[in-house]
Amino acid sequence: MFAISDAPIDVVGLQHGLEAHGAGAVVCFEGRVRNRNEGRAVSGLSYQAYVELAEAEGLRIIEEACGRFQVERISCVHRVGDLALGDVAVWVGVSAAHRAAAFDACRFVIDQVKARVPIWKREHYLEGASEWLHPESAPK
Amino acid sequence: MTYRLLYFATLSDAAGCSEERVASEAADPRALYAELAVRHGFTFTPERLRVAVNGAFTDWNHKLADNDEVVFLPPVSGG
Repeated sequence: MFAISDAPIDVVGLQHGLEAHGAGAVVCFEGRVRNRNEGRAVSGLSYQAYVELAEAEGLRIIEEACGRFQVERISCVHRVGDLALGDVAVWVGVSAAHRAAAFDACRFVIDQVKARVPIWKREHYLEGASEWLHPESAPK
Repeated sequence: MTYRLLYFATLSDAAGCSEERVASEAADPRALYAELAVRHGFTFTPERLRVAVNGAFTDWNHKLADNDEVVFLPPVSGG
């Protein structure tokens, strides 16, 4: 499951969605809004997505991960709209029989989402300015 | 032909809107972007953008049809 959400991410509900009797490992990643980037003090972020294509590309990433790794379930949700410091901007959860596949698939999904899915963040700075980020390549 | 353009992030700021309908003789995204870059002052070179038509990634030489939805995608920054 991959979704773009304009409401706060329901982490507990998503974790329940990973339950499977064959799953001996669950790995979750939360990307949160932090207070600094590239040396500038950040007060918040706004995310924008081309929703139709973002959801299609996100699903493709999850299908690729299911083909590469021995996993039970994968879910990913990415926020759009205005977020405050500490808010969860993106959540990835993977359940698998064993931990290695769960860690590897989780890392694969978040890296691919950052590199490929049409979502953009605008940083709002404490000093008052704001700007869209268009990196040459996605930061690790 | 008439195209429906959607704009995101920096391109939306430069165009001053998030979508517009554009009448153009451009037959592919490359020609259409060249026109719009002049009109709106877009500074991205095509090499830094991806292009989508009707909700799917495609290439710059895609043959456009009347009423196509065309989107030029700046480098992404999700996560």
